[in-house]
Amino acid sequence: MTTLLDLEIEKKAIILEVLPSPLSAKMAEMGIIEGEELSLTFKAPFGDPIAIEMNGSLLSLRKNEASLVKIQLI
Amino acid sequence: MTLKIGLFGNPNTGKSSLFNMLTGLNQHVGNFPGVTVEKKYGVIKRSEKTFTIIDFPGIYSLYPTSQDEQVVYDVLKEPNHLDFPDMACVVLDSSNLSRNLLLLTQLYDLKIPIVAILNMWDLVEKRGLTIDLSNLEKTFPGVTFVQTNARVGLGKERILEAFEKTVETSNYSSVIESFELAKIEDKKSQENEIKLRYGWINEKLPHFLKSKPVVEEATKKIDKILTHAVFGYLIFLSILFAVFQFIFSFAVIPMDFIDLKFSQLSEWVGTTMQSGLLNDLVSQGIIPGIGGVVVFIPQIALLFFFLSILEETGYLARVVFLMDRLMRPFGLNGKSVVPLMSSVACAIPGVMATRTIADWKERLITILVAPLMSCSARIPVFTLLISLTIPNEDVAGIFNLHGIVLMGLYLLGIVSALLVAIILNKLIKIKSSGYLLLELPSYKSPRWKNVIINVLEKVKIFSLDAGKVILAISIILWALATFGPGNTMETEANKREESLASSTLSEDEKEQQIASVKLEHSYIGIMGKGLEPVIAPLGYDWKIGISLITSFAAREVFVGSLATIYAVHDESEENDRLIDRLKKEQKPDGTPVYTLATGMSLMVFYVFALQCMATLAVVKRETNSWKWPIIQIVFMGVLAYSASFLTFILFS
Repeated sequence: MTTLLDLEIEKKAIILEVLPSPLSAKMAEMGIIEGEELSLTFKAPFGDPIAIEMNGSLLSLRKNEASLVKIQLI
Repeated sequence: MTLKIGLFGNPNTGKSSLFNMLTGLNQHVGNFPGVTVEKKYGVIKRSEKTFTIIDFPGIYSLYPTSQDEQVVYDVLKEPNHLDFPDMACVVLDSSNLSRNLLLLTQLYDLKIPIVAILNMWDLVEKRGLTIDLSNLEKTFPGVTFVQTNARVGLGKERILEAFEKTVETSNYSSVIESFELAKIEDKKSQENEIKLRYGWINEKLPHFLKSKPVVEEATKKIDKILTHAVFGYLIFLSILFAVFQFIFSFAVIPMDFIDLKFSQLSEWVGTTMQSGLLNDLVSQGIIPGIGGVVVFIPQIALLFFFLSILEETGYLARVVFLMDRLMRPFGLNGKSVVPLMSSVACAIPGVMATRTIADWKERLITILVAPLMSCSARIPVFTLLISLTIPNEDVAGIFNLHGIVLMGLYLLGIVSALLVAIILNKLIKIKSSGYLLLELPSYKSPRWKNVIINVLEKVKIFSLDAGKVILAISIILWALATFGPGNTMETEANKREESLASSTLSEDEKEQQIASVKLEHSYIGIMGKGLEPVIAPLGYDWKIGISLITSFAAREVFVGSLATIYAVHDESEENDRLIDRLKKEQKPDGTPVYTLATGMSLMVFYVFALQCMATLAVVKRETNSWKWPIIQIVFMGVLAYSASFLTFILFS
């Protein structure tokens, strides 16, 4: 299963599914929903958290939040 | 006729700039009923109408994830709520419409008349976007759209005109018919609703937005450096260092000035007012009490000045990003860094700065450990005790022992703050939903008006809220030091006066001795003596006990109290006379009181003990109960006592 954790810097992907979690509603609110396009912009030292670009804004997520996001590389 | 207008919007849309632009300095701060969340509102009068603009916390949707955000939900869920708006003013970031429209569609479906602000309009062109305004208006019938650029103060008049014109309309094309907010616990419905709305928005978006928004290249380039694995931390440390250097070297000037003016005022009142109890109360209780509040203002103002600038530029979000992983093992959050760093200057602004932490547990732990960071009020105590009890030697040829001890005390504070955080994280049984879904805003130059208004607001909150408690405790301490049981104070003072009559001491020195005798027999002196058996294992006598009690008001009072007890005039700039006097102090058996062991034990006590009523007052305010400040003072007291006890044994 490919998740946001597997995405390399400056590569793009499409969200296939966001696995259910207590944060699902919050993630949806920030625009992290299936079908949306995103790219990995940079990672913090130790690779956690990460920063993604989607819809013209930068978002940061912790690794365990990113692991909930299934993606397909494009 | 008064119209209540709720100001809503995502974080980073320039909502506060807009609020500042509309209301200027005519802002008031209150609380939303029943909760501690601050309610900022401003009143604008315009011809026949009066607009009360209520600034709601920044949110991405109406469903809350933090205490602050909950207010919006609570108000909008209840149409009879006192703060339910007659009209909503929704601030949108024009350069990032899709996510901003989510909130707009929710408010729109609640059928509240809406004025939508297309803010940061200047960025639309800059980023090569095209927004078709007439199609946007057609998508949301009834909504009045206004283009503005609040950063430069453009559009105020147009917004007010829109407020006047906008009325209830029946012409809605709702996204969800007869929409009602889902229950807070019902995350599944919320998620489904949000997805439905995004689906609708994505379908409509091509009608009015002609190109895909992207993050500015400049922001990405700056981030390559500022979030770099090495340079990122180096830059952050340099900024911290610069800010603290600036605060420490410049806040001293107004602080000394305030100190001087208040002691002059005390003296002036003391000599001009009719002497008596009222005179004493005003000149020795109330004026120094107010002075004790005012003296913190320069530090608080400077600290929030720099913090606001860092926040305005967007840098603070990067600090959170960089530090999050490092803070997590301690039950803290990347957002805990700024409050903890602020606490090195003063715990009061530190505690106040925890409001940005959404998770209540992480915020609470940050508040509870913040006073363990060594604040600037400890410096005079440390300086005195170090030069009194630590030999002035060089270590390894290059380091000075005094400097090493001082650094050690600071490190002790930091390390214990982190260790206590780990323990609290285990003990506090609040469910934590710690997450870091954080927007990293694009870099901007700071808006000075926002910075100034923010600083003024923080200073105002501190002086009014913390001020009340500080003033009250100052008066109590004054009373305890002024009165004693029966007339023992008088008789003892008279005895000393008689025995001094034939001595060759100067009038000044005689007076000081008498003051010292009076203090010994006052209630506070009796308390000090009563405390002696408890603090003897730490190596302290009753005189130190008195200073411990008085420095509950504020740590730096320690030095002044010792000066009064040992009858040394503390007017001289140097501590030399006091140090000379303290070095001569002996126990009944002839050994010195201020040994290395007592000195170290006392310093360790000051590292841990929560001797600052201003901090207590602010913690009470921020946690909205006496429970947490009481827990805090108890655990820090226990820590202080046991650590000092161990230190005393270790060095004896």
